[in-house]
Amino acid sequence: MNIKHEIQGEIRIISLREERLDAHNSDLLKSELNSLFESGAKNIVIDLKEVRFIDSSGLGVLVSGFKNASARQGSLTLCSLQNQVRSMFELTRLHRVFDIYTTIDEALEHF
Amino acid sequence: MKNRIDMEIKVPNQTSYLAMVGRIGEDLVRQLVRYQGDREELAQHLNVVLTEAMVNAIKHANRADPDKDIVIRISASEQEITIRVYDSGSGFDLCSIPDPCFDSDRIDDRGRGIFIIRSLMDSVEYRKANGGYVLEMKKLLA
Repeated sequence: MNIKHEIQGEIRIISLREERLDAHNSDLLKSELNSLFESGAKNIVIDLKEVRFIDSSGLGVLVSGFKNASARQGSLTLCSLQNQVRSMFELTRLHRVFDIYTTIDEALEHF
Repeated sequence: MKNRIDMEIKVPNQTSYLAMVGRIGEDLVRQLVRYQGDREELAQHLNVVLTEAMVNAIKHANRADPDKDIVIRISASEQEITIRVYDSGSGFDLCSIPDPCFDSDRIDDRGRGIFIIRSLMDSVEYRKANGGYVLEMKKLLA
């Protein structure tokens, strides 16, 4: 899975460089997130700008990361959702669970 | 002029084929020249339901056996699109699968696939067929 990592203070930014986040690659993102949590990170922004397609497995990995961050008194937020991806969050009501921002900068301002 | 489409796709029981089959669903919408609705939305929905149905077959019905196959039949007319995804598993009760919990305090990682399919299609059935089971999903176009 093609992922760009950035660090801004105590915040980790993960930019997914994939067109799809689905059952084929979502376990790889889960491993990346688990590695971050195990290394002590608890505040994560996931940039989905390049993701055009997400399925229930992709959503599930993001939920898993959200729960993991919350359990550590941190947060996992999302930004830059394409319309098709946003529609899947709305269909599954997950837009009420996640803090979703338009840009990375906007997401960082809310920490 | 005849404009009914019938196709059969047979792919190995592996998630690496999800994107390819999903894209076939999207391309199919381009052939529905008389469809008056939102084409982009319909294309996305077909991609999603094909992906979810295949994952259901790969992981649950075919038990992730990479040597098995998944057969997908797609029929499209001016009135409706029917997608059938065949698996060689032992089946499950579609009605027994609950909707996911929407309460953010009790939110689960899993269990949204069938809910998504039911939400995006007009009818969904799961029944015995060809020595295994078939998930049949219909979308009305007119």
